[in-house]
Order: sequence, then C-alpha cells, then structure tokens
Amino acid sequence: MEIRKLTCIGCPMGCALSVTMEGKEVKSIEGYTCKRGKDYAAKEVTNPRRIVTSTVRISQGVLPVVSVKTKEDIPKEKILDCMHALDGIQVTAPVRIGDVIIDDIAGTGVALVATKNVEAS
Amino acid sequence: MKTYDIVIVGGGPAGLAAAVAAKEQGIDKILILERDAELGGILNQCIHNGFGLHTFQEELTGPEYAGRFIDQVKELGIPYLLHTMVLHIDHRKRVTYVNQQDGMCQIQAKSLILAMGCRERSRGALNIPGYRPAGIFSAGTAQRLVNMEGYLPGKKVVILGSGDIGLIMARRMTLEGAQVEAVAELMPYSGGLKRNIVQCLDDFQIPLLLSHTVVRIEGKERLRSVTLAQVGQDRKPIPGTERTYECDTLLLSVGLVPENELSRETGMKMNPVTAGPVVDEKLSTDIRGIFACGNVLHVHDLVDYVSEEAGAAGKNAAEYVKRDHDQPEEGKTAPYEFEQEPGESAPIEIVVRGGVRYTVPALIHARPPKEDVTIRFRVGNVYRNCYVAVYVDEERILRRKKQIMAPGEMETVVVKKELLTGQTQTVTVCIEEA
Repeated sequence: MEIRKLTCIGCPMGCALSVTMEGKEVKSIEGYTCKRGKDYAAKEVTNPRRIVTSTVRISQGVLPVVSVKTKEDIPKEKILDCMHALDGIQVTAPVRIGDVIIDDIAGTGVALVATKNVEAS
Repeated sequence: MKTYDIVIVGGGPAGLAAAVAAKEQGIDKILILERDAELGGILNQCIHNGFGLHTFQEELTGPEYAGRFIDQVKELGIPYLLHTMVLHIDHRKRVTYVNQQDGMCQIQAKSLILAMGCRERSRGALNIPGYRPAGIFSAGTAQRLVNMEGYLPGKKVVILGSGDIGLIMARRMTLEGAQVEAVAELMPYSGGLKRNIVQCLDDFQIPLLLSHTVVRIEGKERLRSVTLAQVGQDRKPIPGTERTYECDTLLLSVGLVPENELSRETGMKMNPVTAGPVVDEKLSTDIRGIFACGNVLHVHDLVDYVSEEAGAAGKNAAEYVKRDHDQPEEGKTAPYEFEQEPGESAPIEIVVRGGVRYTVPALIHARPPKEDVTIRFRVGNVYRNCYVAVYVDEERILRRKKQIMAPGEMETVVVKKELLTGQTQTVTVCIEEA
C-alpha cells in the first residue's frame, strides 16, 4: 500500500487529495470536494495530463503573436515536445478563437487551437 | 455636453460584465471607455487556462473568457471607445476623457461604474537595494511582452514574490526556453493559488524559497545577479544565509494595488485596507450613482467572481438610473453621503474580527435588503481547521468549517436577507479557532 498526496488543480480551491495505491491500482481516493477532484486524482497518479498554452507567430495581424492551447489535455511528459512542435509555426491573420493551428500536436492526437481573435492589420 | 445613462470606466472583465448586465436591464445609453487598443483588459495577456469554471462550467484561457463577454457586448450593440484615457471624474458624475479622435471631451453620466482594475506593486514600493540595471520587470510586464508582443525578456530568471502572476510566468518563461532559478517569497506561505504552485513550479522542478527575499542586485547595464537571503520571523534578512544567483532577469510579483486615482478625485470614501472605495450591498460608493466593481474595488483571485460582482453593479446602476436618478445639483461641491432617506435607520455596519482583513461590502443599507447579501473577504494569515463565523448582532447565524484559509484566496459568505431586520445594527464576520 502506498499513499500519494496530491493537490487538486481542477479549480483554485486546491483540495488536498490522498490516493491509496496498491501497485498501479487505485484503492481509494480521499479529500476531494467534487467529481472533478476525484477524477483528477485517479488520472494524476496513473496518467498525468496538462493543457498546454503558448503563442505562435502571426503575420499581417494587429499583434505579432496569437495565443494558442491544446484543445484537450496532453500527457504531462509531452509538454516540452509540444513546445518544440509549435516553435517556428507561423499563421496569417485574421485568426478566430477555435481555429485549428495544428491538427495533431507532437503525436498526441490533440489539436492546437487559437484562443484569441487577431484581426488583420 | 453629451449625456449617457451609464458610463463605465474600463473595458476589462468588470466593465464588460457590468455593461452587459445594465443593457439587459433595458438601459441603452451606455458607454464603455477603454484605454487599451482592444476590450478585455488584462485577460488578453493571461493566455493560460483555468478561467471560467464557475461562469461557463468549462476551462477557458484568459482571451477566450474575455472573448465571451466581448461577443456579448458587440451583439448587444453596447458602444465603447478604445484608445481612450479617462483623465478626471467628479462627484457630479462628469467624465473627462481624451483620445485621438475626439481630443479632450467631457460627458455627463447619470450613473458611473468604476471598473479600472488594479496594477502591480513596483520595485520602488519595496525598497530593494542595489543598482538599477535593465532586466528588472514586473511579472505582468513580462507576461505582456511574451504573450502579446512576442519578446522573451530574459534567459536566466529569478522571481521575487509567489503571487499568481509570478508563478504563471515561472512556467511560461520555462516553456519559452528560459531557466528559472528560483521563486523567492518573503512570507512563510505562498500568496498564489495551490494549483499554480503545483502546475507552474512542481511540474518543472522550480524551487519555491519561502521566507526569502532579495538583498542585493548587481549589474550596471544589464542585471548580472541577485542575492537572496532567508528572513526571520521579523521578515528581516538573516546574515550568513545569502546566496547569489547569476541571472539576467528579475521578475517582481509582489502584489496588486487597485487603481483608484480617478476615484479619489471625486472625494469618495476609501477603504485603507483594500485601497478601493467603501461600498454598500449594492456596490454603491458613498456618492449617489457611482458604483464600483472588480479589482478596482478589491483584488480578486478569480475572474468569475469579478464578472458576478460586476454583473450586480451593472444591474444596480441600471436600477438607479431607472428609479432613483436625480439631476446633478449645480453648485454642490461636497460629495454626497451614503443615501439615507428621512426616517430611515443608519446602515448596518459589517464588522471584521479575528483574522478577517476586510469585507466587501462594508455596510448594508436596505433592511431587509432586496436580495441575500454576498460578503466577500480575505484573511490575513494561513488558518487551518478553523471556522468562518457570521453574527447578526450577537446571534451566530453561520459557522462553516474550513480546512484551510489563506490570504491568497478570497472567501465568500452569504447572509440571508430575512435575517437583517430594522433592528439589526451589525453583521460580524470572523475566524474562530476550533
């Protein structure tokens, strides 16, 4: 039996979670105050994932960069791969919130989408 | 002079939500004044996710969250001016602004909503000794440079202050290829949200040095190094604990201060604890028809609460315009006191005790109020396994167990309207040990 202590990141409450593990199997989860927290704890000890947010260059826009995110969370260990994959990407204005920038970022099967409207200059 | 029903100073999350709420109450002559090139305020540079869980039940980035409200403002056809700086407001709700289009202009508002937000505490406010080389930025300035202007301000970074913006920037700079040496925090606890400590520091093995501060800054043209030292309980550096970090960049994330230069020009009553105006349950300042909401009132941790508060301010301003508005009295120079009808009893005072630093609102006028009163507050220290208690006069009406309370997180209690009667004199919010 191993007890793993986590801080929930599902919302700013930051609940203190306690997961009892037996090998790779989750035995019990305590300390959560919503379903999100319980799901997070189970996922964090078996398959930690993060949404990655960054920017890519945009040409002919009112700003030089447009903010982007992975449409869903990706495996935590893929964060830096994701950053390398979006390095050097350039899009052209206008860009709308939700526009797909890369279909499948760093082999995660998750799309990279714009999170800001940037008008053409 | 042009006249508007409601003029909103600031087009960030508070101003946008206030405008939408006022419009939904049937007020048409609204004007939002925004000094930046676009609506959305500081959310535009907060490209990280985690916004909107309460408001939209989904996790959005800052620009996406702002986008939802900007879309509403545009769909509702609410007028706004960009690149427009408000220079002066007075207690008669006259607003002086300047922009390239109109030059300097004066307009009259029936009601004014203050939504100017806050700004970062600067190096000057901290008295950090040492040279003044390039490479020292507030965390928010660095955030704007990286996320909106496409510049990385440095390669080797030390961050002073573990406020949320500092934590977010520790991760952001790391992802962009910079080396973040350490985050130093003067207090024995972090001022930032737990999730940010986990996601921004722990994920990248960035050390958080609690009870540490900057004691020396070296470098003439560009920053070369900073020296951190541990501090004792008196928050003074302990000799012999100094450690020097070579770096080219120091980010300061050392607190936010509501931006109330304009508010003060009206002579309105201010709260020295929040550095924002004193407001009642309607978010009305002590000048009739001037309301305040968002970070100009008190610094929030969650934008969702800003939107909620601003929505209430917008609704209340609309009601004021529809029902209570009287023409500004010419020649009246002193600010109005909080409205008190003849024969009406004095307002209910909200008293803070035992670790509660302040409440918003600070007083309640209507008895009973039209709606339950949401009281937001912050505590002055970290409290574990204690209770938030609310008393109406001597009677305890609420006692809620809290596993943890920290200065970085805003707390909320709701007082049912029927508990506040004509006889009520005070409502007390306090922390009680177990």
